Amino acid sequence: MTQLQQTYPDPLSVNEVPIQQHFNKGEVTESSTPREPNLRPRMKSDRPSKETDEIKDPAVRIQDLSVWYGSKQAVGNVSLDIARNQITALIGPSGCGKSTLLRCINRMNELISGVRIEGQIEIDGEPLYIDGVDPVEVRRVIGMVFQRPNPFAKSIYDNVAFGARINGYQGDMDELVRQSLEQAALWDEVKDDLKGSGLALSGGQQQRLCIARAIAVQPEVILMDEPCSALDPIATQRIEDLMQELATSYTIVIVTHNMQQAARVSNRTAFMLAQEDLVGRLVEYGQTEQLFTSPSNKRTEDYITGRFG
Amino acid sequence: MSTTAVVNPGRPQRFGHRRSQQFTERVIAAVLFGCAAVTVLTTVGIVVILFSEGLSFFREIHPVDFLTGTRWTPASGNFGVLPLILGTLMIAVGASFISIPVGTLSAIFLAEYASPKVRSIIKPILEVLAGIPTIVYGFFALTFITPLLRDSWLPDVGIFNALSAMIVVGIMTVPMVSSISDDSLRAVPESLREAAYGVGATKFEVITRVTFPSALSGIVASYILAISRAVGETMAVTVAAGATPHLTLNPLESVQTMTAYIVQVTQGEAPHGTIEFRTIFAIAMTLFAMTMIMNLLSARIVSKFRERYE
Repeated sequence: MTQLQQTYPDPLSVNEVPIQQHFNKGEVTESSTPREPNLRPRMKSDRPSKETDEIKDPAVRIQDLSVWYGSKQAVGNVSLDIARNQITALIGPSGCGKSTLLRCINRMNELISGVRIEGQIEIDGEPLYIDGVDPVEVRRVIGMVFQRPNPFAKSIYDNVAFGARINGYQGDMDELVRQSLEQAALWDEVKDDLKGSGLALSGGQQQRLCIARAIAVQPEVILMDEPCSALDPIATQRIEDLMQELATSYTIVIVTHNMQQAARVSNRTAFMLAQEDLVGRLVEYGQTEQLFTSPSNKRTEDYITGRFG
Repeated sequence: MSTTAVVNPGRPQRFGHRRSQQFTERVIAAVLFGCAAVTVLTTVGIVVILFSEGLSFFREIHPVDFLTGTRWTPASGNFGVLPLILGTLMIAVGASFISIPVGTLSAIFLAEYASPKVRSIIKPILEVLAGIPTIVYGFFALTFITPLLRDSWLPDVGIFNALSAMIVVGIMTVPMVSSISDDSLRAVPESLREAAYGVGATKFEVITRVTFPSALSGIVASYILAISRAVGETMAVTVAAGATPHLTLNPLESVQTMTAYIVQVTQGEAPHGTIEFRTIFAIAMTLFAMTMIMNLLSARIVSKFRERYE
């Protein structure tokens, strides 16, 4: 009677272990993270990280990008190169412009009325912000997965086929749907019920369905705007695993509130921050491991050690 | 759970102080129920009167003769309601040829294309259209639309004709379609539009493949409401289409609708208590049945086609 509210530990903040500890190889033991083994945060440091900070042939090149909503500037002069077939995380506190920046990459932000964008974004060296570029074409090359799973109120099959259909896909649609669902690690769960509604799936399945829907258009880049923020830890884990697999064939940019997630999944991390003028700027960008273990900027260090944000 | 009270010594009693509030809550619930009951009782009363008077009519005139007869001249003993039904349906269908396309397209414009500024101008104007008394529409049809039709390409149109009634009833019900459809289009979550844009849909594709299907239940509901309104519309039709019960599909002739006939009878043409007077209850019963069937049909259609997004 007295205890009406039960408090659960926040599953996404990995036991409040200081974030740097994820990179102290071998130090994160089972005892320090008493969780199911398969929920143990995976270390990016397991991966070979021989690349230098120089990004050759970036998939996406953001140059001096500034964004205004009406008269309010939200993003100021961000320049950022995004490496091909890697996962790049954008982190920072709420209102730092990271989602805005992400949504500029596939020209999604223009759907908001009163938005003004300056600067340039190139994909494979091709500028997106010039006359004659149709945002619709851009979005076919740069797919997006949103914060909340947003499947259409259609069947699983039609959800996946949606983008391909409107893009006039000529090939075998059944095959494309199967492949996309397989790549999104959802096929085995839904293969017997492709005519069932996408909304009947669980939240995590819905988000994987949305990923399958994005993949089915065969994009080069996938933007993910806090894709796990509405999911439980197990579903989050599956999406993170999936991102690792997808990174072998796609360039992934993920916005996340969750520093542990950035640390777990990304190769590179960009830290953004809005200061007194409320304009989001890029503070630091580099290899994820480097940024979390030895940040060069004091504000980055304060943020990743949880002193604010 | 033990039922014996264990009172902590030295501690004030914590429960049982809010009896008066509980009473207030009950009174509030009772008042609210009373208000709801008024509408239910009214409906029941109307149905009872309709049916008792209607049935006494049907004791004299067989329902089959009533429903299948093709001549409606109660004064000389012909009680075939088909001309009235046909007149009513013709005007309702004709009106929906205007209200559904114009209303739907303007709803799509308002919800998806119009800038907030344009919207803030057009939406109130549409709502004013809905607030104009229907007799004014009838007058407008008689003194403006019919002469216009005559002077332009339909010189043989009668002074009273079904066509001008269709046109004004159509215009009259546009706001009903556009306003409700606009609301249901705008109720479609932005996240669904974004999802479609995100895979490279054009604005038109987003609307036709995502927004519109998701809003379909509300849109179809608006159609049914508009048609029901056209079926039940009285004054404009009485003025514009006249009072000649013709079994015709020619919109250039005068017709009489069911409602227009009821107006005519209640104007005192038939003495109270006669069979002629009781025809209005039979007709009202038929109207009631028609709108009822339409509402049931629409519920069916909506549950079949809607794309639930919740």
